[in-house]
Amino acid sequence: MLDLLWLVPAIPFASAFVLAVFGPRMRSKAVAVLGAGAIAVPAVLMLLIAAAFVSAPPAGGAYTQVLWTWIGVGSFRPAIAFYLDALSLVMVVVVTFVSFLIHVYSTEFMRGDEGYSRFFAYMNLFVASMVTLLLADNLLLLYLGWEGVGLCSYLLIGFWYQDPVNGLAGRKAFIVTRVGDTAMAVGLFLLFHSLGTLRIQDLLHTASDQWQIGSPYAVAAAALLLGGAVGKSAQLPLQTWLPDAMAGPTPTSALIHAATMVTAGVYLIARTHGLYELAPQVQLAVAVTGAATLLMAGCSALTQNDIKRVLAYSTISQIGYMFFALGVGAWGAAIFHFMTHAFFKALLFLAAGVVIEALHHEHNIFRMGGLRKELPAAFWTFLIGGCALAGLPLITAGYYSKDLILWSAANSTAGTAGLWVAGIAGVVLTSLYTFRLIFVVFFGQPATPVSHRPGPAMMIPAFVLAFLSITAGFATTPFAAFMAKALPELHEGGMGMSEVINSTVAGLAFLAGLLVAWYAYLSNPALGRAAATSRVGRVLHRFWFSDWGMDWFYDRLFVWPVVWSAKANKADIVDSIYTGLTRLAALCHRYFSLTETGRLRWYAAWIAGGSAFAVAIAMFL
Amino acid sequence: MMLACLILIPLAAGVLAWAAARWSVTAARWIALLAMLADFTLALSLWISHYHAGFATWYAETDWAWIPQLGIRFHLAVDGLSLLLLMLTFFLGTISVLVSWREITEAAGFFHLNLLWILAGIAGVFLAVNLFLFYFAWELMLVPMYFLIAVWGHENRTYAAVKFFIFTQLSGLLMLVAILALFFLHHHATGVYSFEYQDLLGTAMSPGTEMWIMLGFFVAFAVKLPVVVLHTWLPDAHTEAPTAGSVILAGLLLKTGAYGMLRFVLPLFPHAASVFAPIAMALGVAGILYGALLAFGQTDLKRLVAYTSVSHLGFVLLGIFAWNSLALQGAVMTMICHGISTGALFVLVGALHERIHTREMDHMGGIWSTAPRLSGAALFFALASLGLPGLGDFVGEFLVLLGAYQKSIVLTSLAAIGILFATFYALRLVQRAFQGPNTRDWHIPDLVPREGLVIGLMIAALLWLGLYPRPILDTFQQAAARLEQLAPGK
Repeated sequence: MLDLLWLVPAIPFASAFVLAVFGPRMRSKAVAVLGAGAIAVPAVLMLLIAAAFVSAPPAGGAYTQVLWTWIGVGSFRPAIAFYLDALSLVMVVVVTFVSFLIHVYSTEFMRGDEGYSRFFAYMNLFVASMVTLLLADNLLLLYLGWEGVGLCSYLLIGFWYQDPVNGLAGRKAFIVTRVGDTAMAVGLFLLFHSLGTLRIQDLLHTASDQWQIGSPYAVAAAALLLGGAVGKSAQLPLQTWLPDAMAGPTPTSALIHAATMVTAGVYLIARTHGLYELAPQVQLAVAVTGAATLLMAGCSALTQNDIKRVLAYSTISQIGYMFFALGVGAWGAAIFHFMTHAFFKALLFLAAGVVIEALHHEHNIFRMGGLRKELPAAFWTFLIGGCALAGLPLITAGYYSKDLILWSAANSTAGTAGLWVAGIAGVVLTSLYTFRLIFVVFFGQPATPVSHRPGPAMMIPAFVLAFLSITAGFATTPFAAFMAKALPELHEGGMGMSEVINSTVAGLAFLAGLLVAWYAYLSNPALGRAAATSRVGRVLHRFWFSDWGMDWFYDRLFVWPVVWSAKANKADIVDSIYTGLTRLAALCHRYFSLTETGRLRWYAAWIAGGSAFAVAIAMFL
Repeated sequence: MMLACLILIPLAAGVLAWAAARWSVTAARWIALLAMLADFTLALSLWISHYHAGFATWYAETDWAWIPQLGIRFHLAVDGLSLLLLMLTFFLGTISVLVSWREITEAAGFFHLNLLWILAGIAGVFLAVNLFLFYFAWELMLVPMYFLIAVWGHENRTYAAVKFFIFTQLSGLLMLVAILALFFLHHHATGVYSFEYQDLLGTAMSPGTEMWIMLGFFVAFAVKLPVVVLHTWLPDAHTEAPTAGSVILAGLLLKTGAYGMLRFVLPLFPHAASVFAPIAMALGVAGILYGALLAFGQTDLKRLVAYTSVSHLGFVLLGIFAWNSLALQGAVMTMICHGISTGALFVLVGALHERIHTREMDHMGGIWSTAPRLSGAALFFALASLGLPGLGDFVGEFLVLLGAYQKSIVLTSLAAIGILFATFYALRLVQRAFQGPNTRDWHIPDLVPREGLVIGLMIAALLWLGLYPRPILDTFQQAAARLEQLAPGK
């Protein structure tokens, strides 16, 4: 069974190719069947592979499949090879399964779009690249998948290419993430130069043999890879692209910009965890980045009016939790939160897509309202997703995964009280902005009439994800046991807080956010408005609404200087050397031709003078 | 004899096509196409037949006396490096004939004469192992190229052609002086007059002399490559040339500069070259960044593509002078892949120009909705240009950087930023020309089957080079190892 692994990326690659070349001539039914089918088959295949993997674990807890040697120069021989262990298995199962659901949803959501086949070609290419990223046995192949998903993200954000705003958002996403990728590429050079290999497992072994804890090489390598990770996972300081990425079709936002691609950075750090253990400073930086991001993005989420942007900031914030977990050494908890987040965030986006389509592509939550009765299915699924996001205690999956992260922060040798408090504050914020969203959109007075109701292809995936958003949390213990096969367990120590206290505080934090949201947006909406329009409120609102002014800052620091200098130097200043030479030649020509007068006397004088000059030179030198 | 055929076939076919065009232009086109296909097949069969034996030394030599008293011989030979570049030459040669099928209607016979003679000259450059013959071939490709730009070019063709001619001719003369100096030094040391490459290797000279002669060669090749500061002929020549001319300029002519460095500068002057290497690497990085920034600022689509060459060939220069197997392999990979990807972009820009008669990106936009295949192909090659893994260019540039990292971390990091810069111009190209609203209401026919065939071949080639580049790497491997051996301090 395991030897069919290569088909999991190969099938969507093949179908992306077929759809790109022949798609425009295919009927839309056929496109839908091929597009969704090319994900269904790998999803089923992956479940079978997972069953085989669990029932008869391969030797060493990992299975490697080498297809061919990709590049061969001296000792540099990265292969097209796949590596399946507990970590990549969980990631690929979740990715293929969620992708399948979202593809089914898309068959209806995108129906009638001019670029129907193009959409599925891009989406299939995305899944293929994502699976390649996750299964890669070496960092170069991982980089291939990494850039591949970045490309698909760009293509899908700018999918409706006729509006330049979408194109700009797509380019921003590609370029900002590539800033991180550049750091990551340099990290690859460093790792190969010092360790002589890019195979991840060999590399981790060699690194722990060769480098001391805190060695400058380990710190540099871990920091450079972190650069790639913060770009792709939209963490500080490279998070600015994700909110704009919401310009893409909603299924794209659900799949790429919430459930899967943006968690690639989390995967990269977990995959190379050995490096971070050798570089505790960088690991602390991961935790701090996560904590800062989850708070900042939480504040920004509070101020947005666009339903998708609220969800985008919440994605940034939740990935912040995953980084936070990685940083305190709770590797398994980070992956667990990845899984539950994939379910509930995909669900939220799918439900939001239903709402947006029902209201003639209305995105502004203040022009929604009262949709609880008009769109009950969307309401209930959104509510379940929202509760999981906010961490409704004991019932939802999001609660269990976040609770585990918070507990780890308190009980890890790498954790601190400050980090724990930041995590709890994040819970209040999450609960607050989530219920603000739910109350404004689904309660209160209707503002826009509902024009369109979703069909089964859109609702069934949402129901499945809603089911998983609740039940996935009950798998905490077996999940942790399974993850322990690939990732180190938490180094317990730190404050030694009991589970009961941690869970109680987290539950109270959830409740606090819920109550504030209820009071300010449902029971007493004037209060929420007053808070936002007071002087301090206005300044904070504007500051948070613009993502802490980071775009403003980057525009002035990087974008404008580059654009300005490129425009100013369009004619290439270097060429003026050569045009200057030609001008000089022309000038000489003009002045020398003045001497060509046709007067014999002048010529004779010139000859005589010249001869005298030459003789003088010969005599005196 | 086989090697001589590689040069003689296009020379003869050029004259034949010229003559044939008097009664049928189509016949002239077919003659040119068949000549290129024949050459490509010959080169391919040479490659396949030697593949298993490896490419350890020179083989399939042709050695005829020309002026034996002065050591001037018609001496051709191939190794892994020249064979790869020959295959690229005839591949792109075939494509340039195909893309001219409809574009060139005026004096088509004379056009094909020039086209084939340029290709013969380029083949001669890659084959010659006698420096006199090399210089002869070097000049042979120059004159017909001048005509190609000056006769069949666009609005500003005369200026571009003259500029091209002056730059290459002056730098070529420097090389001639350097060749002669080397020739006399060799005579002085051994008492034998010889222009033979093998004889001149290891000629004894003082470090100062070595540096000067090396610079004579370097400048000639640096103009062709082009190295930044000497690059300003390139955007004019590329932009004004007809499509086939641009494809050959970017795909092949620039590669003769890189080839010259690999074949002559490093082996003939290893000490001077290693002293000079840090400067050359820095120039390479400057080219990468400056070329990318210039490309980003252009509004003329063809000029934008032209400037990207300055950036990509910066990687080649960096790789050559980083001077280890990884970087050298990367440089050759980049040469080949750049030839195909940039060549293809010129084909597409040419196809677009034929349809809408403008190269100004401000007048474009929204082409995707009317010509999706053309636009999709442009996206593909733009992605190759920005170094997307899975396509050939990535393999080359990654290997260059991986090798260069072992020599200079700072320069490598700066060059890596160049890949980021490539994203700027490549995405801008796609956005401004093909996406956005179709404000001018363009309705143009999509790629015709002939163009589709050309583009399809180039896409397949780049995918192959990106996913399974080993045949190329293996072919160059031994030559790269020999070059690495020469590096002082090894």
